[in-house]
Amino acid sequence: MALANVLEIPAAGFSFENAPRNAALEGLLDGVQTPKPLKTGTTIAGLVFKDGVVLGADTRATSGEVVADKMCAKIHYISPNIYCCGAGTAADTEKTTDLLSSNLAIFSLNSGRNPRVVMAVNILQDMLYRYHGQIGASLILGGVDCTGNHLYTVGPYGSVNKVPYLAMGSGDLAALGILEDGFKPDLELEEAKELVRASIHAGIMSDLGSGNNIDICVITRKGVDYIRPYQESQYKDSRKLKYKYRPGTTPILTEKVVPLKLEVVHETVQQMDSA
Amino acid sequence: MAAATSMMPVFGHQISPKNDLVPDWTRQEVSTGTTIMAVEYDGGVVIGADSRTTTGAYIANRVTDKLTPIHDRIFCCRSGSAADTQAIADVVTYQLGFHSIELDEPPLVETAANLFKASCYRYREELMAGILVAGWDRRKAGQVYCVPIGGMLVRQPVAVGGSGSSYIYGFMDSNYKPGMSKEQCLELTSAALTLAMERDGSSGGVVRLASISEDGVERRVILGNQLTKFSTH
Repeated sequence: MALANVLEIPAAGFSFENAPRNAALEGLLDGVQTPKPLKTGTTIAGLVFKDGVVLGADTRATSGEVVADKMCAKIHYISPNIYCCGAGTAADTEKTTDLLSSNLAIFSLNSGRNPRVVMAVNILQDMLYRYHGQIGASLILGGVDCTGNHLYTVGPYGSVNKVPYLAMGSGDLAALGILEDGFKPDLELEEAKELVRASIHAGIMSDLGSGNNIDICVITRKGVDYIRPYQESQYKDSRKLKYKYRPGTTPILTEKVVPLKLEVVHETVQQMDSA
Repeated sequence: MAAATSMMPVFGHQISPKNDLVPDWTRQEVSTGTTIMAVEYDGGVVIGADSRTTTGAYIANRVTDKLTPIHDRIFCCRSGSAADTQAIADVVTYQLGFHSIELDEPPLVETAANLFKASCYRYREELMAGILVAGWDRRKAGQVYCVPIGGMLVRQPVAVGGSGSSYIYGFMDSNYKPGMSKEQCLELTSAALTLAMERDGSSGGVVRLASISEDGVERRVILGNQLTKFSTH
């Protein structure tokens, strides 16, 4: 136990000291809310079909009301047989999936095996639960391993669901409507791709935070087909003019030179005796 | 007899002026607002749960499996925060498995229940988890233990939990009789869960049942359209 009057260097990582205080404040004052995991604009979807798993995502990254990236990659590589779509805070999903990918690569090298999807899920669940929702990452993990084709979702608080199809992100309601209507177990490849494409498209059409192109990633025993973009946005514009100005575009009418009068101050340096 | 269960407020305080642009279900923690039930009979236990997991007003998973195996003949029914209960169940599964290997004997249901209680009580401020532990062991045959929010532990012949349990205490009290057979227990559980699912918004989907005895575990699912129809609607 540390003494109250000894300065403590804060430990690395998140500190939950204020969590009980925040919870109490939320209860006492109306309208005061602690920040919760943000669901920023995204539509991601995944489904299990006969030969594997299909994952889909839109490609818009928003920063407030502005589109920050029109072609961002939301389907992240985890291992040769596992890919992960991320919704939520972009930085969190990037870093979490990178960390997971590194850990599984080390495991593969150590054991000589391809990682199983449950491994990835367990590692993610452990990490996100430890951070109590402070890492705003909602992930859809899909992959094919020796035990079959699997699709899991991991929430920001660390809850896991194993599902045959799912959509997440701010556009998930629209996407899920399409999936609920069209999903059947053991779809063929082309049907599965078309269903995922249609569901992401619905998300893009109905949600302001999702848009631009659609990426699809198909994972089967034989390998991975990452199609980026699978469908391009029909609302692309092209700039009609160039916006660089050549020197001389603005004509100079008159020129006036005024010298600055500088005061010269006499400067001396006196050395101080340090006693 | 269970402690007053203050349920996860899935509809409560979310109505706030700031929420127009971002729907509140996007920011709620995932909760298994739920109905779970466990009944002892001579020779084993019957457990049941609904299958709905909610994030605020959105159903995140409509086919959840809330009956989690802890050991070969011991199950737990989870209610409360999905993340918390999954984490606790994982921890207890490990602890119980380790203990069982050390003893070289199948573990007792009471041991599993005490492990749940230890975690739930120690971290009671941080956790939101209401759990029913049920199973069969050689010493006391079928047992049901209730570990509600706060970390109490009590053995009961019949126990219900979750947000939907409030609606079926009366049904359970009037219809349970000691000495029921396994089939009667399954009927009772499925009827109780159906009634709770009809009345509680946070419970629904399918009814998952399992019966645990010396011979093993039998699981079944009753789909939405196969549930008993009661006369008020």
